[in-house]
Amino acid sequence: MVDLVWFQLLSAALFVIGLYGVLARRSAVLILMSIELMLNAVNINLIAAAAHMEGFGKFNSFDGQLIAIFIITVAAAEVGLALAIVLRMYRNRSTVNVDEINLMKW
Amino acid sequence: MSWALFIVLAVVTLGGGLAVVASRNIVHAALALLVSLVAVAGVYLLVYAEFLALVQVLIYGGAIVIVLIFAIMLTRNAEYPRTSPNKQWPLAALAALGLLAVLVPAFLINSVRDTEAQNAAFTDIGKSLFTTWAVPFEIASLVLLVALIGAIIIARSGSGEN
Repeated sequence: MVDLVWFQLLSAALFVIGLYGVLARRSAVLILMSIELMLNAVNINLIAAAAHMEGFGKFNSFDGQLIAIFIITVAAAEVGLALAIVLRMYRNRSTVNVDEINLMKW
Repeated sequence: MSWALFIVLAVVTLGGGLAVVASRNIVHAALALLVSLVAVAGVYLLVYAEFLALVQVLIYGGAIVIVLIFAIMLTRNAEYPRTSPNKQWPLAALAALGLLAVLVPAFLINSVRDTEAQNAAFTDIGKSLFTTWAVPFEIASLVLLVALIGAIIIARSGSGEN
């Protein structure tokens, strides 16, 4: 039986990989992919905890799964919106390299 | 048995993630993301979250990766075949390793009292979603609606400004 802590370590490793991707990649689309990795890391943590822990108060043990459903919903909305922003960025500046999108930088 | 599955799924998940952040070819990165996300669905199955595994394959594998590939194809230009990390990548690696160095001891020291992994029935999940979590559920649907309308307005070929 795999203990909860191993899922937490997997989640931490995946989150850190996503963090590196967000900070180090140039393309806006690749940064989006890295954000998806980070959201998935959070979901692994929530769902593993939902299975391994007991509920308290009026919350059931499986409520972590419901929070994960909401995270997936928000991720879907975020990707749709981000695609629109990336397309607009590409149309206006003909690049998706975030190093060159420095109009609002001082 | 579950240990063997867990190790295989963890290796595929982390390998896919590393390929996403390290791949030079952006299309390969998108396909690696798909591999990683499907392996995460396998991890959900290991903790008996069948519904979430299904949702993961449908939404991440079916929708989000496709949308990302659309974004890649629609913004294709000369810089894509070779995308290198930017100049701050050593700093990014340092920040990532620093966070890992905080998270791993935190999880190891502060181990929670965990029980044997247990299944949650579909009916219980549905009942909870539409009673206790009904308000967040409605807000999530509003967020989706607003995001879709906003995406259409942003991506529409600009009338006026350019």
